[in-house]
Amino acid sequence: MSHENTDAPPYQQHFFENMQQQNQATMFGIWLFMAQEILFFGGLFGAYTWYRINYPEAYEAGSSWLDPKLGLLNTVVLIASSLTVVFSVHAARQGRKNGIILWLVATLILGGVFMGIKTVEYGAKYDHSLIPGKIFPENPFNWHGTKEQVEAAGHADHSTGLKYYDKASEGTKGNIKPGAWASDTYVKKTQVAEPKGIQIYYCLYFAMTGMHALHMIIGAGIIIWICILAHRGRFNKEYYPHVEYFGLYWHFVDIVWIFLFPLLYLI
Amino acid sequence: MSEAVTAKNYLNHESTIKSWLLTVDHKRIGVMYLISIIVFFTIGSFAAALFRLELMTPDANILQHETYNKLFTMHGVVMIFFFLVPSVPAVLGNFLLPLMLGTKDVAFPRLNLASWYLFMTGGMLALGAVILGGIDTGWTFYTPYSSTYANGNVIMAAFGVFVTGFSSILTGLNFVVTIHKMRAPGLNWFKLPLFVWAQYATSIIMVLGTPVIAITMVLIILERGLGIGIFNPALGGDPVLFQHLFWFYSHPAVYIMILPGFGVISEVIACFSRKRIFGYEFIALSSLAIAFIGFFVWGHHLFVSSQSIYAGMIFSILSFTVGIPTAIKIFNWVATLYGGSIKMTTPMIYALGFIGLFLVGGLTGLYLATLAIDVHLHDTYFVVAHFHYVMVGGMVFAWLCGLHFWWPKMFGVMYNEAAAKVAAITIFIGFNLTFFPQFILGYMGMPRRYHTYPEEWQVLHVLSTAGATVLAFGFTVFFITMFVSLFGKKDAGRNPWQATGLEWTHADSPPDPHNFLEDPKVTIRYAYDYEDESLYAEEGKEG
Repeated sequence: MSHENTDAPPYQQHFFENMQQQNQATMFGIWLFMAQEILFFGGLFGAYTWYRINYPEAYEAGSSWLDPKLGLLNTVVLIASSLTVVFSVHAARQGRKNGIILWLVATLILGGVFMGIKTVEYGAKYDHSLIPGKIFPENPFNWHGTKEQVEAAGHADHSTGLKYYDKASEGTKGNIKPGAWASDTYVKKTQVAEPKGIQIYYCLYFAMTGMHALHMIIGAGIIIWICILAHRGRFNKEYYPHVEYFGLYWHFVDIVWIFLFPLLYLI
Repeated sequence: MSEAVTAKNYLNHESTIKSWLLTVDHKRIGVMYLISIIVFFTIGSFAAALFRLELMTPDANILQHETYNKLFTMHGVVMIFFFLVPSVPAVLGNFLLPLMLGTKDVAFPRLNLASWYLFMTGGMLALGAVILGGIDTGWTFYTPYSSTYANGNVIMAAFGVFVTGFSSILTGLNFVVTIHKMRAPGLNWFKLPLFVWAQYATSIIMVLGTPVIAITMVLIILERGLGIGIFNPALGGDPVLFQHLFWFYSHPAVYIMILPGFGVISEVIACFSRKRIFGYEFIALSSLAIAFIGFFVWGHHLFVSSQSIYAGMIFSILSFTVGIPTAIKIFNWVATLYGGSIKMTTPMIYALGFIGLFLVGGLTGLYLATLAIDVHLHDTYFVVAHFHYVMVGGMVFAWLCGLHFWWPKMFGVMYNEAAAKVAAITIFIGFNLTFFPQFILGYMGMPRRYHTYPEEWQVLHVLSTAGATVLAFGFTVFFITMFVSLFGKKDAGRNPWQATGLEWTHADSPPDPHNFLEDPKVTIRYAYDYEDESLYAEEGKEG
């Protein structure tokens, strides 16, 4: 009870009575942080639900352009990364400094693979002109029908990327001036009626997966930080909270994806 | 220790600017918040003074509509996000919570400092948006106006709100953990001061409500900046969804802005009635009840926004139920006063003013929760008067009350009681003169956010502006009184009000950098044990 707690380990903060109190408090803090994260993503999931009720056809049509194989692959990659995080926590529990670093680097690599696949998927959206908004003014949102419709119409040409618009029309994508896509002749040949809400679906797709990716990037930063701390020998068998709490955070980010994958790709 | 005038305390043990800016001491952080929010309060008040001046006459004389719109937006954004939300939690909560719990600091002191920096960053962004031309969306940022049509730096202001939101979330998180895990030995939940209970309920709303407005602000920024249109009707988006998301936070936020005030009032009423508070458990749990029900009433802001009539009915009924725990508090405070030996100190005057004004604000809230009446009163001055009675008559009074009550503890000095009373009474009169006419104006149909109006309403508007002048005078007296007191002798003593509570009985004024010289153990029978004089009578007890 006295100020001078000489028995306290060096990593005990002076305002805590003992390590048990410190551990319980920090663990509780992390869980509360997760709670606010759930509400943070909850706003997006709420918007998703709201518009799904309003525009079920748009969701179905929109998701036809997402590749469930890539989504599944990413799911597997992320779950594997959760496993490596668990190994890292296990190593920390045994006081193996190199084990922590090894498994965290493995997590970082798997996270990188996830982001790589995500980049490929985002790139495909660009090729298909499915990026809403004014981010790419030269390639605005342009709906050509669902993937099945486009493939059935025979415009897809996988050998040269997905140029599903009519090759007989004026020029290729590269030399169409910005804004020319909206000209009557071009639209008639290339565009089908846009289901109401289809752009909303893609807005949500990018907002949700983007926010998830942002959390992964933050997680990558934390991994590097923890690796530096571990390298400096900051952890031991009794003291490894950073590793453990990062593990919780990473699992949370995974779980968000576990919800995003079926909601966006499958149903 | 308390007799030694030059005793080491949290204010004088280090005095460099760096020692303030990098402090992790919850008391210093509380003082830093106090200074910051006074700056924001002054800015918000000047905006209000300007448009109140404009409203003296029915025509546009000194402000054009655009300037007028920018001014009321600035008033709302600054006062709500940068004054009211942090007013009691971040200032008094930070300062008092560890003292009341008998601990050395909050659970995460560095996070606490980070929260202040986030708060200031958000504040600078919002002020930057004002300096770079202002925004005219109103503090509610309704779409599609904010996302598509409004001029000005909406992105910057929304980002400011987003950043400040995280300051609020992290403060709430810190408080919840501190209250759960850092209580002194023997201090169980039902011996806690009611201020702590109020902070607890508030913090839960901060942690669970604020992230929703944070993501909503992100969506506004994306829509405005990148043109992706989640709320854009041209793409099939629904602007009403924005209102749902916005009020899912912003209605509970109203309770963030009032619950801590309830906590302050409970402390002060008990202390100056010299009685154990009546119905302790009911007051404590009613805070949680308000926080819980508060999450399910947001729809009463959408009675005229195409929400279904059945949803409206449910939200109307739920809104009425908030009145029950609130009334429990008021009845318990009045029952505490009954038969007490009441001391009319400055904090007590503010507390009694709070009860009266909050009662008016709360009861007019029931008018607005009534579906049919709300259709008539929606977006009128009646609403403006209602929430100013709650926010100013309630929270600002509670903030002033708490500041006067804990001032001797925070700075070790006593203010001039007569001057403080003059300020309190002037503010009370000025406040009523400003806002009571607005109930009448609103009932007659004067819509909010207009800078011109028909001539027959001029008398009421002039009354309101006159009241604002009195109010400004009252606040000036208050600021001068408090400022001057800082240069007086630090002789307030450990427990000038003879109050219970660890911050009075176990800590010096101003407290030691580590709060207590000896870790307190709590042996009281119950909170507010004013019958047991041995608790607070030992002035100068060796710590």
